[in-house]
Amino acid sequence: MAYVVINKERCKACLLCTEFCPRQCLGVDAQMNSRGFHSAALLHPEKCTGCRICALMCPDVCIDVYREAKAEPVGGKAKA
Amino acid sequence: MTTTLCTDEQVFGRSAGLTEARMHYCPGCTHGLIHRLVAETLEELDVLDRTVGVCPVGCAVFAYDYFNIDMIQASHGRAPAVATGAKRAVPDAVVFTYQGDGDLASIGMAEIVHAAARGEKITVVFINNSLYGMTGGQMAPTTLVGQATTTSPLGRDPGLAGYPIRVSELLATLDGAVYITRQAVGSPKAVQATKRALRTAFQVQLDGKGFSLVEILSSCPTWWGQSPREALTWTETGMAAQYPLGVVKDTTGSGTE
Repeated sequence: MAYVVINKERCKACLLCTEFCPRQCLGVDAQMNSRGFHSAALLHPEKCTGCRICALMCPDVCIDVYREAKAEPVGGKAKA
Repeated sequence: MTTTLCTDEQVFGRSAGLTEARMHYCPGCTHGLIHRLVAETLEELDVLDRTVGVCPVGCAVFAYDYFNIDMIQASHGRAPAVATGAKRAVPDAVVFTYQGDGDLASIGMAEIVHAAARGEKITVVFINNSLYGMTGGQMAPTTLVGQATTTSPLGRDPGLAGYPIRVSELLATLDGAVYITRQAVGSPKAVQATKRALRTAFQVQLDGKGFSLVEILSSCPTWWGQSPREALTWTETGMAAQYPLGVVKDTTGSGTE
C-alpha cells in the first residue's frame, strides 16, 4: 500500500498530478485553501501504488509519496 | 509542513536544495518543476554547500528565494558574465545560471555567446517558453513563426519580425561549448531525461571540461491561453518541431546521451 501527502497550501490547482496519475487516484479537494484554490487531493487511496508520477510532474513540489512499511511476520499482510 | 506518518518509507520528498518558500509562478508553470530538478541534481552530486546560482530577469527573478544555496541576481541578460566572475574568483564553486529566453536570447545574447566562446566552466539552465512571460506575453526571439503573442496578435510574421533563433544550435558552433542539449518537461519520461541531462551538464563542470548548457522547452499556460496539460503537450509537439529535442553537441568524450 502507498499514499501521497499533498501540501494543500502550496498547491495551485494546476491539476497536472490528476492528469498524469495512471490510476486516477487524485481529484479536486472540496475545500479551498487560503489562496482560493481547490487543491488536488487523494480521493482514491486504495488505488495508489506510490509510483511517484504525480510528484514528478507537480510544478510546485507539494507532493510527498510514501510506501507503507512492510508488516512484521506476526499477522502480517499476506498480499504480495 | 507535511505530516510524516509512523514508519512508512518516504519515496519522494522535497529536495534539501529547495527552501520552504511558496513559489510565485502561475499554476501549471514548469519553472517550479525545473527548480526541483536542478535542486535534486545538485543535492545528488553533494555540492549544495559550494554552489552559486545566478538568477535572471524574468519570471525566475525570485529564484534566489526558492533555491537553498548561494544565489546572485544579475542584470537583465548578464547572468553569464556574473557567473564568469564568480567561477573565476572561486574555481571550486559550482556555478550555474538560470535564464529564460527573453533574458538569454534577446538582451543577453552577447553575454551567452562570449561565455560559451571563452569556454567558461559554468552550467547554463536555459528555459525556453517562446515568449516574455513576466512582462506580459510579448514576442521573444524564440517565438515560433505564426505564434500569437501580445505584440504579434496575428501571429509572428517572419517578413516583419524575422525567424526564431535556435540558441542551442547557434552555441554548438563554438569550440568552447562542450555539452549542449535540448530537453522538455512535457511528460514523466521527458522530466527524467531532463534530470539526466542536468546531471551530465553539472558533471561536465565538475570535471573542468568547459561550458555546458541545458535548454528546456517549458510551458506558459497563462500567455499561451492553454490549460496546463495542453501547454505541456504543445511543448512536445509544436515547439519540439521547431526546436528538436536531444543532444546538440557533446565533446566530453564520455558518450553521454
